[in-house]
Formats: sequence, C-alpha cells, structure tokens
Amino acid sequence: MNYNWNWHIFLEPNPMGTGTYLDLLLSGLVVTVKVSVLAWIIALVSGSVIGVLRTLPSRTASWIGFCWVEFFRNMPLLVQLFLWFFVLPELLPRSAGLWLKQLPNAPFWTAAIGVGLFMSARVAVQLQAGITSLPRGQKQASTALGLTTVQTYRYVLLPMAFRIILPPLTSEFLNTIKNSAVAITIGLIELTGQARSMQEFSFQVFEAFTAATVLYLLLNFVVVTAMRFLERYVAIPGYITGK
Amino acid sequence: MTMLGNFDFDVIRRALPYLFFEGMRFTLTLTALAAFGGLVFGTLIALMRLSSYKWLGRIAGFYVDFIRSLPLVLVIFWFYFLVPYIGQWLTGASRPITVGAFASSLITFIAFEAAYFSEIMRAGIQSISKGQPAAASALGLTYAQSMRYVVLPQAFRNMLPVLLTQTIVLFQDTSLVYVLSIPDFLGAASKVAQRDGRLVEMYLFAAVVYFVISCVASFGVRRLQSRIAIVR
Repeated sequence: MNYNWNWHIFLEPNPMGTGTYLDLLLSGLVVTVKVSVLAWIIALVSGSVIGVLRTLPSRTASWIGFCWVEFFRNMPLLVQLFLWFFVLPELLPRSAGLWLKQLPNAPFWTAAIGVGLFMSARVAVQLQAGITSLPRGQKQASTALGLTTVQTYRYVLLPMAFRIILPPLTSEFLNTIKNSAVAITIGLIELTGQARSMQEFSFQVFEAFTAATVLYLLLNFVVVTAMRFLERYVAIPGYITGK
Repeated sequence: MTMLGNFDFDVIRRALPYLFFEGMRFTLTLTALAAFGGLVFGTLIALMRLSSYKWLGRIAGFYVDFIRSLPLVLVIFWFYFLVPYIGQWLTGASRPITVGAFASSLITFIAFEAAYFSEIMRAGIQSISKGQPAAASALGLTYAQSMRYVVLPQAFRNMLPVLLTQTIVLFQDTSLVYVLSIPDFLGAASKVAQRDGRLVEMYLFAAVVYFVISCVASFGVRRLQSRIAIVR
C-alpha cells in the first residue's frame, strides 16, 4: 500500500485556527454527544407516551400509537431529516418558516428532533413489548386495589416494564449515537463530519477515520458500562435480572 | 395553505422515468445484492462464532461487535477510500485502482450487513434443538452435510421474518449512499430537486415512495410470520 502514513498529523494545527486536528475531532465528539443525548431524551419521552398509548384499551389511543410508529419506522432517517430541514419550513406560514430557517444552529436542533422522533418509534415498540410481557394479574390486582389507570401505570406497570427493557434500550441508545452521524447530510459537523473535514484539509484519510472509529468505540464502551451499572442499581432482588 | 397551490405535480411527473429507471433500479439492485451477500457472509460468520475453534469464534465476534459499534455513514466513507487500496493490494497494481460507485457501495453494504445478518442467523442456528445435529452425525453426515441439509434450512426458515425485516431496514439504509453523491432513488430525487429548485415536491414524493414500499413490505412480512407460526 503506497499511502503516506502520518500519525503526527493529530498534533499539527488545523486550518480552522481552533488548535490541533485532535481538537477538531474532539469538538466533533462533543457535538455527537450533545445531539445524541438530546435526541435520546426526546425519544424516551415521546416513545414512552406512544408505547403506553399502544397498550391502553382505548381504540383511539392504540390507533394513534400505531400511526406514530408506522410513520417514523417506514421512512429512511435521511429522508425524515430532509423533511424536517428542507420541507417543513416551506409548508408553514411564511413568517414561521422564515423564523425556522434563520434559527441559529438549525442543523443541530433538526438533527436532535429528527433522530429523536425516529428513535421514539423503536422505544415505543420496546416499551409496549415490556408492558405486555408483564403477567396480566399485575394490572388486575392494581384495579382490584382501586388504583386508577394512571396510578396503575405509574406505580405498577411502568417501573417493571422499564427494568425489563433496559438491555434493549441500551442498544437503542447506541443506535441513537450512530444515527446522529446521518445529520452530516444536513450540515451538522459532528464526529464523522469533523473526520471528513480533517480528511479534506490534510489528505490523511485513514488517520482521520481511524481516530473517529476509536472515538466511537470509546463512546460505545462508556455507554455500555454506564448502562450495566444502572441495570445493577435498579435490579429488584429475585426478579429476572435481580440478584 | 398557500403552499399547496404552488405544488407542482408536473415536476414529479417529468422526473418519474429518471427516478424509477435510474434511481429506484440502483436502490433495489443494491438492496437485493447486499441482502444476498450479507446473508451468505453473515451465515459464514455465524458458523465461525459457533465453531468449536475458539480463535475462529473470537475473530468473528470481534468483527461483528466492531462493525456494529460504528455508524453506517462512517463505514461508507471508510470503504469508499479503502476499497481502491485493497484492490491495488489484491491485483498488485502500481496505483490504487478505481472502483465504481456501485461496486464500492455494494462491498460496503455486504460487509456491514453481514455483521447484522450473522446475529440473526446465530439466533436461528441456536434455536435448533441439539438433538438434530446429534442425530445427523449419528446418521453419518459430516459437519458440512449436517449444516447444509439439517440445521441451516430450519434456521433460515425460522428466521425468515426477521431476515426480511432486516432487509427492509437495509432498503431504507441504502439511501445513505447519498453522502457519496450516488444517484440512488433519494440521490436522483435530490438531483432533480436542486436542479429545478423544487425541494418540497421531490422530497415529499421520495418520502411517500419509501413509506409505501416499506409499509407494504412489512405488511407482507407480518402475514408471512403468522403463516409460519401456524405451521409450527
């Protein structure tokens, strides 16, 4: 392979004047973390609401949940980001559209909301599976004790369901981090984007991508370790994953 | 809604032949070939992971975990720049060889999907009761024969709905070749959108097309699943 390796490139100053190339990549990592965490909060909150809706006896509720999941699951994430970024401002009244377009950091917010909504469909499906996997007696016992539907979900069903789906939720969070790289297409310069710009400035393709790869692996490792601690912390003794 | 008054259906109509005969053909060919290649290599990786040679399993496990922790976009960039060098190394050429857009993305998607398909096939193989390969070897079948005629057909059958669902995900993921400015379906729509300044029409149309195809396909998978469930 006649490729000129230069691993010292990371310590050389980048042409943006923001320090070294390593600083460039690390600033990309920060954006990736920020956008992923925000997207994950959106996914968890809206996914939980939709997941609960899908398990309610009400026809309307489960129909809304069904439509939500099918809408966000059957379009490529890239297309969804384009819809939010390019199409939505045109469909709104002129002033609102203009305001959206001139929003500072528009790619960041679009990516967080777009990836978040995309992932919410998966969270909803997981939570629904978690709730329906609980023995029917739990819900019946809550009703017999005089708990309202809200109380049943709040104190009986959800605490158990979330514990059960914690392992799949971990991989969905990892998916959120990976999916945030798609936002490169709407101009968000996150980790993959910074690796790309380092490659364009320095021509050191493989060093740039190797560094990005290592950073993604590290991020994965941190998340997996943290989630394992959380799993152990919330485990209920004697129940499935409990001690 | 002042906007719908400006909606130009004619832009879509004029672009239809290009969108489907160029764009969609690329997308569907890439999806089909990558699914097939991903399944073949994925099955091999699954067999490696389950083999009694510890180091083979470890290599396969490392590959799967490695690929699965990376964003597809980054993998696409990796292969786009790496494949010419690998080609040079394989052919012994003096310079990095030029690889077409289609070949480059096909290699990327096969390598990427193999990791995901292998996990599905591994679950499928493990779902077969131990008595089956034991009976096969009692009948005098070799390892290869027992896999070929006993284990893999059943594993494949049991996992068919999951494999097809993964293929729908793959179909959606192929849109990411957009980052290499390759005219797949979305790339073609985007080209027309930018040329004619009709982003709203083209992106909405692309969204509807992806949505309809994915919906119909996943409906088909659900029906298949209920059919298979009755047989068992």
